[in-house]
Amino acid sequence: MVKNIIDWIDARIPMTATYNRHVGQYATPKNFNFWYFFGSLALLVLVNQLLTGIWLTMNYVPTAEGAFASVEYIMRDVEYGWLLRYMHSTGASAFFFVIYMHMFRGLIYGSYQKPRELLWLFGMLIFLVLMAEAFMGYLLPWGQMSYWGAQVIISLFGAIPIIGDDLTLWIRGDYVISGATLNRFFALHVIALPLVLVVLVFLHLIALHEVGSNNPDGVEIKKNKDENGWPVDAIPFHPYYTVKDIMGVAGFLIVFCYVLFFMPEGGGYFLEKPNFEAANPMKTPEHIAPVWYFTPFYAILRAIPDKLLGVIGMGLSIAVLFILPWLDRCKVKSVRYRSMIHKINIAQFTVSFIILGYLGVVPATPELTIAARIFTFTYFGFFVALWVYSKNEKTKEVPTRVTH
Amino acid sequence: MKKLLIALVTLLPSLAMAASGHNVHLESANVDLHDKESLERGLGLFQQYCSGCHSTQYQRYERVATDLGISTDDMRSKYILNDAKIGDLMENSIPTADAAKWFGAAPPDLTLVARVRGEDWVYSYLKGFYADETRPFGVNNTVFPLVGMPHVLQDLQGLAVKQEDGTFVTTGGKMTAEEYDQAVRDITGFLVYSAEPVQLERKALGMWVLGFLFIFFIIAYLLKKEYWKDVH
Amino acid sequence: MSNAPVDTGRRRFLTAATAVVGGAGAVAVAVPFIKSWNPSAKAKAAGAPVEVNISKVEPGQLIRVEWRGKPVWVVRRTEAVLENLKSLDGQLRDPASEEMQQPEYAANPARSIKPEFFIAVGICTHLGCSPTYLPDSFGEQVEGVTSGFFCPCHGSKFDMAGRVFQGVPAPLNLVIPPHKYVDDATVIIGEDTGAA
Repeated sequence: MVKNIIDWIDARIPMTATYNRHVGQYATPKNFNFWYFFGSLALLVLVNQLLTGIWLTMNYVPTAEGAFASVEYIMRDVEYGWLLRYMHSTGASAFFFVIYMHMFRGLIYGSYQKPRELLWLFGMLIFLVLMAEAFMGYLLPWGQMSYWGAQVIISLFGAIPIIGDDLTLWIRGDYVISGATLNRFFALHVIALPLVLVVLVFLHLIALHEVGSNNPDGVEIKKNKDENGWPVDAIPFHPYYTVKDIMGVAGFLIVFCYVLFFMPEGGGYFLEKPNFEAANPMKTPEHIAPVWYFTPFYAILRAIPDKLLGVIGMGLSIAVLFILPWLDRCKVKSVRYRSMIHKINIAQFTVSFIILGYLGVVPATPELTIAARIFTFTYFGFFVALWVYSKNEKTKEVPTRVTH
Repeated sequence: MKKLLIALVTLLPSLAMAASGHNVHLESANVDLHDKESLERGLGLFQQYCSGCHSTQYQRYERVATDLGISTDDMRSKYILNDAKIGDLMENSIPTADAAKWFGAAPPDLTLVARVRGEDWVYSYLKGFYADETRPFGVNNTVFPLVGMPHVLQDLQGLAVKQEDGTFVTTGGKMTAEEYDQAVRDITGFLVYSAEPVQLERKALGMWVLGFLFIFFIIAYLLKKEYWKDVH
Repeated sequence: MSNAPVDTGRRRFLTAATAVVGGAGAVAVAVPFIKSWNPSAKAKAAGAPVEVNISKVEPGQLIRVEWRGKPVWVVRRTEAVLENLKSLDGQLRDPASEEMQQPEYAANPARSIKPEFFIAVGICTHLGCSPTYLPDSFGEQVEGVTSGFFCPCHGSKFDMAGRVFQGVPAPLNLVIPPHKYVDDATVIIGEDTGAA
């Protein structure tokens, strides 16, 4: 019976073939380690955001008058509304955490290198759209931080010469952030950007499965196939990586639910304190900082003592990631077999990124501003240095088989 | 590229911003949300002394009654001071515009104040009023300098007067210092409850969820181990 | 791949265990999503029983109160109207109110607790319009009946006990909401008589 139905469908669309190509018979390197959990976790968090987001939309009111109260309405009057809301707010931070880990994985194992440049570009586009999505979503609770955070970020566009002022006016649809801004951000947040995001995730996966997964050794497993054409270092995704990812999901959910149920405010970083106060265009909070996942880039913006250059610097700090596949001219992918200078460079980049993230959340003092400049320099220094030394890098010999 | 980078770091007029966030010492409130009697006393005090000006408009009387174990009749007779119905939001009795005129700024809604400021701040604030002739209401506050409201609990606490050595001497209150601390703790507890009424339920549910996930993780781990015996 | 013997029993058991526990988790996750569709505290508060003071209602007068977003009528019927009700049985669809359109305590000829006060949900049982109260001119609709309710949407007609006339689209008598008298002057709509 079931077989008949499957045959009937398969005669019309390639269901089984698609399943085999992407899951059942997808040749996956058998040496994946801890870092490879984050791809499937990103998908999990995406689904969480979509579902809870749709459900929040059912009770949220996208008007300047009603938004803040409607969030409290969800938190109090709607059955389990608080849980849906915390799932969404905690999920937002979890999304960035998972994505940063996922990107770091790509960075250390050279997953952006040929032939995975397009895969990396789709990933970067996902990151970019995700930032826009998170930024617009953060306006919706219409708290003080929502309001003033949006005010600051939108004002960045004002730095653009000539059209800047008109552009900010156009984005806001008003002379200040207002109900008009809230409404358009709401539309983009719940419809437009999620659609784009889902399409990009689809393309990201197609690109991945076309070229095949990289692995911690950076060995191209497709170069070494057995008589059946199956890569000798590969195992089928299902059941081996399905069961492994289920375990990863369970482990992740323990951490996620711990935060969700016992510290949903994330120490004031996931839900910021001033955001429990309704937006007040007449009064700026004492200290405004973006949510933690934006702060490395925000610190770069703040470090540069010129409005336009600051905006350019912040834009560049993200844009430079797009061209990473072409900045790295080394043929060896994994950090395991690359030079000491590359290892040090990645380490300093990681440290710079984290410290910039810290500097972005604390109020700027003259000393900290100097620090932010230094780490902005080392942040960009990573890419420049990489481009320079990767041309003739002294690498170790890459094994022909994966190590497991 | 490199030139630009050098330009970026050498362009140096300072962007020195004054560090914000005054570090006032806050006393620990030690609120216990399980102590329903304390929360009910806090509700009573809040309704009597605070609700004239400050609403807690995101919560409903009925929910508060249910959560604090107050009967519907008690809620109606003791704590609903205007003509609101039990299912209504705990809204304000004075119009915002009038209030803004009287106090210079509209008294803020306090449903979420414990989440905005923190419970210790609320506790310290309620204990922090002292005599200051230069202020319009004759009082100032140690954690909220230049506060724009009178000391509404003065008949309970009395008035603190700053001595030359910086300490405070409080006289004229109906309550002893300990009683006042408890009263203020009750109010703080009520506001902590108001800020997130679901807090206790959230943590209780969290324990079940984590327990479930641990079991699921163990099973998933065993399953993974079993299958991965194949892989060498 | 190895050639080591596979313990299929253990494998099957663990797969089933993961599926069952994981499935239970998925069901549990669905609970908040499903429950969030229940009426919220706000909706429940808006749908709470309504207290009506009926001491000021004049004979023949109809007052409307809102209960759960619907119009509820309170009409003070005169002796003449009550007398007239008894003569209409032959023209009505369900004169004895056998269909459960009213609580037990209002299942009587006058369809009310106190004959003097008629309390009903003012929503036509046909397609949900609110009928018009015609205190004097109902005779144009039904010969010899002075007052009644006429639905402007599709012409359904109801007598002063909310009973539907024959030959109109509405299938059932008007709904009598749960209600109870606290004292002579006050009635609570939305709370059953006999309920706490």
